[in-house]
Amino acid sequence: MADTPLVDVAGLRVVAAGADGKECVIVKDVSFSIRHGEVLALIGESGSGKTTIALSLLGYAKRGCRITGGQVTVAGVDVRAASAKALNEVRGARVAYVAQSASASFNPALRIMDQVIESVCVRGSLSARQARAKAISLFEALALPSPATIGDRYPHQVSGGQLQRLMAAMALMSDPQVVVFDEPTTALDVTTQIEVLNAFKQAIKTLQISAVYVSHDLAVVSQVADRVMVLRHGEVQEQGAVLPMIETPSHDYTKSLMAAAAPVSRLTDEDAAFAAAQPPLLEIKGLTAGYGKLDAAGMPAFTILNDIDLQVRRGTTVGVIGESGSGKSTLAYVVAGLLAPAKGQILFDGVPLQGRVAQRDAQVRRRIQLVFQNADKVLNPSHTVGEILARPLKLFNRCSHDQLDARVARMLDMVKLPASLARSRPGDLSGGQKQRVNLARALGAEPELIICDEVTSALDTVVGAAILDLLVELRRELQVSYIFISHDISTVRTTCDDITVLYKGRKVDACERGALLTAPRHPYTDMLVDSVPELRPGWLEEASGRMRQRREQLAATP
Amino acid sequence: MFKGTIDGIANQQVDMNGLILRMIFQRVGVGLLTLFIVCALVFFMSSLLPGDAAQMALGQAATPETVAALRLQLGLDQPAILRFFSWLWNFMTGNFGVSYASGLPVADIVAPRIPNSLMLAAAATAVSVPIALILGIVAAMHRGSRLDRTIGVGTMSVVAVPEFLVATLAVLIFAVKLRWMSALSLGGDMSSISGFFKAYGLPVLTLCCVVVAQMARMTRAALINQLDSAYVEMGVLKGLKPTRIVLRHALPNAIGPIVNAMALSLSYLLGGVIIVETIFSYPGLASTLVDAVSNRDLPVVQFCVLFFSACYLLLLLIADIFTIVFNPKLR
Amino acid sequence: MMTSFRFTGSCARFFMSLSVAGRIGLMMSVFWIVIAVFGPWLAPYGATEFTDGPILGPLSAAYPMGTDFLGRDLLSRVLLGARFSIGLALVAALMASTMGTLLALLSTVVGGWLDEGLSRVMDSILILPSKILALLMVAIYGSSLPVLVLTAAVTYTPGAFRIARSQALGLNEMEYVMVSRLNGEGNLYVAVRDILPNMIHPMMADFGLRFVYIVLMLSGLSFLGLGVQPPNADWGSLVRENLSGLSVGAPAVLMPAVAIATLTIGVTLFIDSLAARKR
Repeated sequence: MADTPLVDVAGLRVVAAGADGKECVIVKDVSFSIRHGEVLALIGESGSGKTTIALSLLGYAKRGCRITGGQVTVAGVDVRAASAKALNEVRGARVAYVAQSASASFNPALRIMDQVIESVCVRGSLSARQARAKAISLFEALALPSPATIGDRYPHQVSGGQLQRLMAAMALMSDPQVVVFDEPTTALDVTTQIEVLNAFKQAIKTLQISAVYVSHDLAVVSQVADRVMVLRHGEVQEQGAVLPMIETPSHDYTKSLMAAAAPVSRLTDEDAAFAAAQPPLLEIKGLTAGYGKLDAAGMPAFTILNDIDLQVRRGTTVGVIGESGSGKSTLAYVVAGLLAPAKGQILFDGVPLQGRVAQRDAQVRRRIQLVFQNADKVLNPSHTVGEILARPLKLFNRCSHDQLDARVARMLDMVKLPASLARSRPGDLSGGQKQRVNLARALGAEPELIICDEVTSALDTVVGAAILDLLVELRRELQVSYIFISHDISTVRTTCDDITVLYKGRKVDACERGALLTAPRHPYTDMLVDSVPELRPGWLEEASGRMRQRREQLAATP
Repeated sequence: MFKGTIDGIANQQVDMNGLILRMIFQRVGVGLLTLFIVCALVFFMSSLLPGDAAQMALGQAATPETVAALRLQLGLDQPAILRFFSWLWNFMTGNFGVSYASGLPVADIVAPRIPNSLMLAAAATAVSVPIALILGIVAAMHRGSRLDRTIGVGTMSVVAVPEFLVATLAVLIFAVKLRWMSALSLGGDMSSISGFFKAYGLPVLTLCCVVVAQMARMTRAALINQLDSAYVEMGVLKGLKPTRIVLRHALPNAIGPIVNAMALSLSYLLGGVIIVETIFSYPGLASTLVDAVSNRDLPVVQFCVLFFSACYLLLLLIADIFTIVFNPKLR
Repeated sequence: MMTSFRFTGSCARFFMSLSVAGRIGLMMSVFWIVIAVFGPWLAPYGATEFTDGPILGPLSAAYPMGTDFLGRDLLSRVLLGARFSIGLALVAALMASTMGTLLALLSTVVGGWLDEGLSRVMDSILILPSKILALLMVAIYGSSLPVLVLTAAVTYTPGAFRIARSQALGLNEMEYVMVSRLNGEGNLYVAVRDILPNMIHPMMADFGLRFVYIVLMLSGLSFLGLGVQPPNADWGSLVRENLSGLSVGAPAVLMPAVAIATLTIGVTLFIDSLAARKR
């Protein structure tokens, strides 16, 4: 009994139908097995096939995909050969699934409790009353607030982190033998991630379940998993126990994943000395801004930013950190001129800056550029790359008409893209290439200040790391200043000279890069630093405890 | 949106009901405003005539003196805005004017006809809604299968086809070749069910065809929209049966869009009823409208147009209220 | 020469990329358009030529579509009527689509009161069911050809406006529009260079649908006697004038209606397959 693996996958092969009707293989010849009580992590970037493999354990393939080869045996059942009826008996009973986005996976029209106990009641394993009692005990075990009444709410009345745990409770209701966690904490704020992750880990340990944990974050996974399987383009790169793999990765791809995640600073001491000597370029004093109707005092209905002070020196990078709801994107919009401030002043190079971009001088518009997060939506799909890059050149009269092609080629070269790309359309480019074009477009105007709004958040870690290298290089070459907005403190630590922390629309902390870990800081800053997973065992439990302490501290701080 | 906390549930509930009522009142207000704009549109379009109402009313008997006299009598010398509001007031108090063609009050002409048209529309709706719902739901549940594709091609063809083709085919098959029903509705024997069926059968059948096709397509689209969502996938992964997923999970969320689709389809009903009443010589409001248009009898035309528009507006309003009440995010 | 080869090559590739239904639809649409253009030269008889044939006669070798209520060859009448049924609808659909798109662009890019007001007016026009609105306009302005085209255009512009506006609004939220505005581009640039090129495909599909609706509406009007007036005849009028043949089951009543059906179904199949390709 102890010898037979609970999950056995051999030679799995999945194809997907492309837009032109042709099929392409998205999972090639993947094999692995999981024993009782073991947690296997599937690591890879987007497109690596990890979710597809996880879903195949339930005998399910997303629309447009189908499993064409291999054998998948879960809890003694061959899911590929099983009839629809047999599959329905296995799904939700012996194998359970916890999806990535809890808010989308709950039916908005039904109460949470009804959905949590549904699968068990329909099968007849428990009566409604027993199921309810069990559900409430699971809510308690997963550290949910008000476990007795939270089930009576509708999904939209509960926060994201709570929904994620409710979904885990739903999966654990039927005492499954295998639970598949599909990137369950990726969509959450970093400070919430830790507690949710710890709750999952405790549940897995106590209930002795086998689990498959899908993630792109090696550090997170090292806390929860026993074994790791690294995937790329649907193929297995490396497989093995988690600790040895982290300490001594053998495969090149694993090594690059580790390198991309490692917090090695890109800035040197020379950069720090240079930064300290620079005059200020942008000064923000007492900024208050928001959306909605203005009342009699001129304050907007929804105030997002409150009394923000910020200074950006020439040729340096200021990192603005915050989670969702902190107002960091609003800050970007205000500086760029998309939103007028209600109170406060912004000085650009000593001159007060007009609130709205339409009121600003063309030169000022040129010197401040904004780079957006989602490169898919920021490049017009019906223009060629060349046209997109030439537009700011023409608008701001950066060069004469016959020099345009040469300039565009130089811009592409600056962001390390081939000049031939000028003839392509955005639809032909990869995510990383699009973001580079985005950057090149901003650089074409020869700005002095570039606001980067979460520019690497939508990219894979390896691709994003390359973009960050590029940003630092351009800073040194062109002496351009950046406001780098992010939610990821480890990225900000490696690329920014000064760091400002926003929490609920207020600035709670500001310091230089070096002082982040040394001097005592605001509890929220400490929370952010603590939430960066480290690759050592036992970190999760410690961090979870620390997080609870900091939360109490934070609530106590004015 | 409204992320409630666990505490203060009771207060929240009261607020929600108040919010729903407010949204309903808002919708009704917007509906009345739209009706007002429609009235204005109808009135001012009619005033853009080459020649005017007095001339039209007198027709052949128009001489400069009689036209001037009638103009004075009808109050046509007043500015357009004033005329509009007095016309509107008349309409709201039930004075719909006098027909140009027959000289009878419009109210007398249309009064017996309205119930007939409403009967026809009601019969068509009663038959088509259940059939369309079933077709749409079945097609959505078996998406991509041969059944779905057949239903799809069938409904699409019927929607693309002119109603008079459906009507003529129906008459050819059922009245001429098979002699099951009569081609004319009047004079039929209404006392028994079979007599009713014989007389009403063809018009209702014709009307149903197009409406069912339209409604089935839109129902299928609304349901598929829900079936593509993540919570349905979650249901599949929980091991729930497809029927349960569709009926218990997808349908409640699709009610709003489906009811909307029905209201929109019923506007086709209003258009189709014109053709049907003409072919089958059915004494309803739509055939009155067509006759009035041929005679350029503006008062009758104006009334019929506004009546049909008001009916459609009412349907849309009901659909909107349904959507508001059934929106889960407002609970 | 090379460009014409490439053109034929890409045409052939496009054709093969459609589903079976789409190919059938495309062929039927092209067939009727060719007929509309070359009809008079293809018709065996003149439009008003009386023949020796029977009244409301059946299909035969001499009269492939039978004869009408005055003994005229129906095939010729249908071929000649194609010009009216298709030509009028094409012009009206073009007008409706263009006006709808331009107004929607204007409304989106300028925003504010203009957007509110225009949407309100268009929604109000949409409350009048299309046939009812058409009847109202015909009652007021008559049934001459220009009025018919204008009526059809006015009736279907609000629908095109709504669809164009929802497209434009979605595109207006795109970050590349924000980037353009940040760089100081004016409304005209944003509308024409940023938003419009990304709307063209859906609007062309909508144009096809408008065309189908207008064909159905105009033939419906003619069927009621309120559309194309004698001596001109479009397919709807042909059905109307041969209605007496209904009780004897003459093909003269069915054939023009079938012609309309093949045209509308063909275009709809083609448009549907185009939309399916995009997905």
